[in-house]
Amino acid sequence: MKKVHFLAALAAISMMTVTACHDHNDEAEYAEKGSLVVEMDHQAGSVPFNLGANYVTAAGDTIKFSKFNYFVSNFVLVKEDGSEYIVPKNDCYFLIQHENGVANEIKLENIPGGAYKSVRFMIGVDSLMSATPAEQRPASLDPVTNAAGMYWAWNSGYIFVKVEGTSPQAPIDPSTQERDVVYHVGGYGGNNPASPTMNNIKTVTLEKSGELAQVGQLESDHSHGGTSEGVEPHAHVYVNVLEFFTAPTSFKVADNPVMHWGDFSKTLANNYADMFTLDHIHN
Amino acid sequence: MYRFVFPLFMIVLFAACKEAPQDEWTLELPSNFPKPHFDVANRPITKEGFELGRKIFYDPQLSRDNSTSCGSCHISTSAFTQHGHVVSHGIDNKLGRRNSLPVQNMLWEPLFFWDGGVQNLELVALNAITSPVEMDESPANVLEKIKNDPAYPPLFKAAYGTEEVTSGRFLFALAQFMGGLISANSKYDQVQRGENNAQFTAEEARGYELFKQNCTTCHQEPLFTDFSFRDNGLTKNYDRDKGRFEISLDSSDLGVFRVPSLRNLTYTKPYMHDGKKASLEAVLDHYTGGLEMSRNLDPLLIQPNGQLGFSLSAQQKLDIIAFLKTLDDEEFVRNPLFSEQ
Repeated sequence: MKKVHFLAALAAISMMTVTACHDHNDEAEYAEKGSLVVEMDHQAGSVPFNLGANYVTAAGDTIKFSKFNYFVSNFVLVKEDGSEYIVPKNDCYFLIQHENGVANEIKLENIPGGAYKSVRFMIGVDSLMSATPAEQRPASLDPVTNAAGMYWAWNSGYIFVKVEGTSPQAPIDPSTQERDVVYHVGGYGGNNPASPTMNNIKTVTLEKSGELAQVGQLESDHSHGGTSEGVEPHAHVYVNVLEFFTAPTSFKVADNPVMHWGDFSKTLANNYADMFTLDHIHN
Repeated sequence: MYRFVFPLFMIVLFAACKEAPQDEWTLELPSNFPKPHFDVANRPITKEGFELGRKIFYDPQLSRDNSTSCGSCHISTSAFTQHGHVVSHGIDNKLGRRNSLPVQNMLWEPLFFWDGGVQNLELVALNAITSPVEMDESPANVLEKIKNDPAYPPLFKAAYGTEEVTSGRFLFALAQFMGGLISANSKYDQVQRGENNAQFTAEEARGYELFKQNCTTCHQEPLFTDFSFRDNGLTKNYDRDKGRFEISLDSSDLGVFRVPSLRNLTYTKPYMHDGKKASLEAVLDHYTGGLEMSRNLDPLLIQPNGQLGFSLSAQQKLDIIAFLKTLDDEEFVRNPLFSEQ
């Protein structure tokens, strides 16, 4: 009798072990929190963007860029089930300033683990933060140091997108004697609802069918040497500088070589609103 | 024994009087002023913050070549304007575009500068620091100079608890100093508050009545501005300076400028955003027959019968000027705590 029981037990144990090996949940497991890196890959049309190289716009102008800077902020991550995670205010403002060869990575941390299908953010800085006392603003928005070149001291507010360069099609700028193209686009609408000023804040929602960011996903076999923190996805967002010059409105630099604060910046903001696309996600 | 008490008492009294602190500054909000716009409750203005801000205000290191401080154009004895200058001259003697505004009672202002382009008191200074015709310096460079200046660490420690120099502390210190420049002890204020038996003379009283009839809609008591922006008919040609349009991009704001306070006029001449009115007489002449029918001329300056401005007799003009002089605050312009130490 003992022998039969022993064999039966052994068989049972074997079966359970085998079953357990194949017993995955259909749903992946996630750590409570994780991180997501949004990598802004700057492009000029279908090729990588570099300062100092020549590119041709939709209107046929050749431009050699010397600056491409912008603010993105107010990130919201949306899970597969539609629930949203809002990145906390003090951690959600990022200034990206292109430098050749330098990756632009926005690391969002302490995100609830899960599968995210889309990300939403603003190009620019919102009205509330634009009126907040300076000493209470996050370091990325410091008008004295980090954001100094992207801030208007004479017209309180941040420059949302700054594009500068030269073009043979641009007229000679009398003060520099160069064929400059200079575009500083800002305008958050002011803080007086009774008399709003120009508002060029644009909201972008990025998703791509089949692409999910598996934040904090736990590996079942730790074969990657991963820790219990789980996967840190990298979402590659392509930022097409040439979109600044087209769609919906293609324009010639000869007609508009410079814009600081004026009506034409609305055209520019409408153009650059679709500069960002989600290309792929590495999980 | 009692022979000694009285002299002893007097000595003690004199000793106490002699030690009455002359250098203790505290923020005092005038009882006849409304609540400040600045959030004084949550952003406390302290004596140490005021003193640190004062040192920064008078520090020429804020300029590119270390020549020009805030105090260069905002002179305390001129109620913090550049007295006698139509427009100011800054670094390299470059000329600005507009008449220097007094740094006074800024805690009550919602928007700063002639065109209202800045709305946070602590961000006002960045405009002058970065302007190529004023100080022409990068704020980051200023911060480095301050960090490397041995005079500052004890002042930062006194104001903020540690010696660390940060952007926020730097900006807020300046805000504390500028905010602390409160002018509310003119004869007018003393009359309003019933202090020192202050009373208007007959001329001043007549001027006050005339003022209330003609001027207070825009130059509202007690700050003598309603903080709005208006075109007061100085010119039909807006090309030289578009005013608030440059901020709002609204064509109804072309040629529109802030309504300035009328306090301390004796010290802040000349007048208007372009400094083109050299005297109060010239200002009143402007309002009584000198107005241009400009595109955005304020409707308050157009009478129902089409006349522009007001009618005032010679005596009435003298009376108004007499009243305006009661808004001069000599204590403000002579306060040793406000000037360069």
